[in-house]
Amino acid sequence: MQRIINNPDYVVEDMLKGFVKNHKDIVEATDNPRVLKSKHANKPGKVGIVTGGGSGHKPAFIGYLGKNLVDAVAVGEIFSSPSAQAFYDAFVAADNGAGVACLYGNYAGDNMNVKMAIEMAEDDDIVVKKVVANDDAASAPKDTPEKRRGVAGEILMWKIGGAKAATGASLDEVIAAAQKAIDNTRSIGIGVAPCTIPAVGHPNFTIEPGTMELGIGHHGEPGIRVQKLATADEMAEIMLDVVLPDLPFEKGDEVCVLLSGLGATPVMEQYIVYNKVEELLAEKGISVYRSYVGNYFTSLEMMGVTLTVMKLDEELKQLLDMECESMGLTQFGRDAK
Amino acid sequence: MTFPCDKGAQVALKIAHTIQANKDYLSEVDGLIGDGDHGINMNKGFTMFADKVGDTQMNLSEAFKTLSRTLMSDIGGSMGPLYGTFFIQMSRKAKGKEELSKEDFAVMLNAARDGITELGGAKVGDKTLMDALSPAADAYQAAIDGGATFPEALHKMKAAAEAGRDSTKDLVAKLGRASRLGERSRGVLDAGATSCCLILCALADGIEEYLA
Repeated sequence: MQRIINNPDYVVEDMLKGFVKNHKDIVEATDNPRVLKSKHANKPGKVGIVTGGGSGHKPAFIGYLGKNLVDAVAVGEIFSSPSAQAFYDAFVAADNGAGVACLYGNYAGDNMNVKMAIEMAEDDDIVVKKVVANDDAASAPKDTPEKRRGVAGEILMWKIGGAKAATGASLDEVIAAAQKAIDNTRSIGIGVAPCTIPAVGHPNFTIEPGTMELGIGHHGEPGIRVQKLATADEMAEIMLDVVLPDLPFEKGDEVCVLLSGLGATPVMEQYIVYNKVEELLAEKGISVYRSYVGNYFTSLEMMGVTLTVMKLDEELKQLLDMECESMGLTQFGRDAK
Repeated sequence: MTFPCDKGAQVALKIAHTIQANKDYLSEVDGLIGDGDHGINMNKGFTMFADKVGDTQMNLSEAFKTLSRTLMSDIGGSMGPLYGTFFIQMSRKAKGKEELSKEDFAVMLNAARDGITELGGAKVGDKTLMDALSPAADAYQAAIDGGATFPEALHKMKAAAEAGRDSTKDLVAKLGRASRLGERSRGVLDAGATSCCLILCALADGIEEYLA
């Protein structure tokens, strides 16, 4: 294992210290070392936006702390849910009296810890409502959405939820917007080389050279099939073939596309895939309103890409276009076209 | 025969030391169908607890409450809330008691199982820690209902936990991360059932050691 670390058991602690130092204009530490908050979090009357999850997905989750995005994040061990205490402390950090929207991904550990944290918050009269992202179309059949995992679509859910909260909307309105965002979003990943948790020291799954795994999860969960390594253009087509019919996305739709690398994929290659994605969408009469290409949601040093597509309406377009500032996503505002 | 509750710290530490001794084994089992960090995270939580306790004497309810709080606030994942619930439920049923009868221990065991069922929703056969815990609680209850002594019932509980753990080898995971593997999860022990069996056996041995 060739990695740039100190003690493998303390990579999360060591990373957090460096992150807070570098991004001190955007984020700050809290009394709980596993909770960071945005410097923009505490505006009177604003609904708080909280997320959390295992580490190893930079920029997710803490990279989306910032203006008009996420207010507080609970940080877990590598690929392991934050504790209930961390989620609870994040709720407290983000609460301005208007309630807290907990927007996170569908994983067993996160579900249990969020459930317990919400019970703890109830005792303290902090109102917390949640949206559980399940955008990974490859993770379970369409008729069992409760079994589907949340992946890079979570970023669009935070973007929409964070922007809605910034408009001064109520907790129910923020929850409704975030739920609409994730309901309109589908994702899929392709893995071409595995990743290694530093404290484990070896990959916990394999992808044979010359092959790729379609539908692989953010922690190496098995996908739909293993097949011969395809070209970038073929990958674009294979991913769209799963994602488009699932919602379905249809002729005339306007969409947001997010193409993310999984950690070790050169950004250059991500643009090669994106080129074909937009071309194929155009052929189907689907127009790309806004797109993002880069390492937005990774899995340590896994090599591969994920494709996320969100169908837009006027509300989602406006919220997507709102300015925001964070380590992972910064953009100037623009008026909806 | 009863268990003197003032030996609580000793029993809880025995469980912690068992987890520490099996750190690598648990990660190895987890690595086959999980992400290989079960032993690391469990060891981290139980070691923090052992460090907190040190030489302090605690009654059983206090010791399990401290253990529960440590697991819930410091290890997270799935095992933090699950084992945190296991020990807090036991702690509540042991609260205020100076001695545990074999019937008291049955109440603790059943409360632990009910708490985990409510939180995680797992049933026997889903390839989770419930496959070790539920048969162990049933076997213990059946043993005392049949007139077994405290140590005899603890031995039945341990045997049922081990058999339950081994039963997970032929099961397909229905819950948790391994459930994503479907048929590929068959043929491998479940890491949660393995750690649960270690905890139940260390708990039984700890109780039995101080029975008087």
